[in-house]
Amino acid sequence: MTFIWAFIIAGLFCALGQIILDNTKLTPGHVTSLFTVLGSLLAFFGIYDKLIDLAGGGATGIISNFGYMLYTSALAGYEEMGILGIFSGMLTKSSTAIVGSIVFASIVALIFKPKD
Amino acid sequence: MNKEEYQKLVKKYEPKENKFQNVVYAFLIGGLVGFITEGIIVLLMNFFNLSRMIAGAWTCLIVIFAASLFTALGFFDNWMTKSKAGLLIPTTGFAHSVSSSALDYKKEGLITGLGSNFFKLAGSVILYGILSAFILVIVRVIIGG
Repeated sequence: MTFIWAFIIAGLFCALGQIILDNTKLTPGHVTSLFTVLGSLLAFFGIYDKLIDLAGGGATGIISNFGYMLYTSALAGYEEMGILGIFSGMLTKSSTAIVGSIVFASIVALIFKPKD
Repeated sequence: MNKEEYQKLVKKYEPKENKFQNVVYAFLIGGLVGFITEGIIVLLMNFFNLSRMIAGAWTCLIVIFAASLFTALGFFDNWMTKSKAGLLIPTTGFAHSVSSSALDYKKEGLITGLGSNFFKLAGSVILYGILSAFILVIVRVIIGG
């Protein structure tokens, strides 16, 4: 069942993004930022947790999960050590994605030449 | 030919983008990416006896690695255009934006090119993600006491 929901949830987010792209003047940069903020908003209302339970990789594999991870790790940081924890804990979960993209992008940029 | 006629003529020859087809494409490809992501998570969980959280983090790395490599190999830009938002909204979009700006600006030097343009596109995702999460946690703390 999780597989079907993974397809549906990820598909719906992408379809929503496409509707925004087609009907407004917003660029892909706007849309990805918007979906990240949407992710932290959904996390704030406790909806994103339910989406992850339901769709697994369908919910953790999209950019909104970045907003969700930022929100949840900042909150966990606050619960552990107060206001300072918001600052020190914010990036704990999303570190994997940020460091991963920095390392892999640097490696491929060193090895490959841009194609045009 | 007056202005109105000209406008009509322009409209006639403008390439019509089929919006409905775009949305269906985005849904199907985005759905497929979600499906594959879940598939990798389940595979890792079963093969290496990992918890869902650890398997999810590895999957995130695998997807980012694949997107960076495909971008460098040159065919991912084409995929991104064809799939509409289907590859943009998943993590692949983030990885693609970072690796494509890394590749494109490399020739302008390591600091002024690669370094200062690395997060050209992904920077706003990080910035607004962190700002919104920060504000929302503050709100949550104030409401929740």
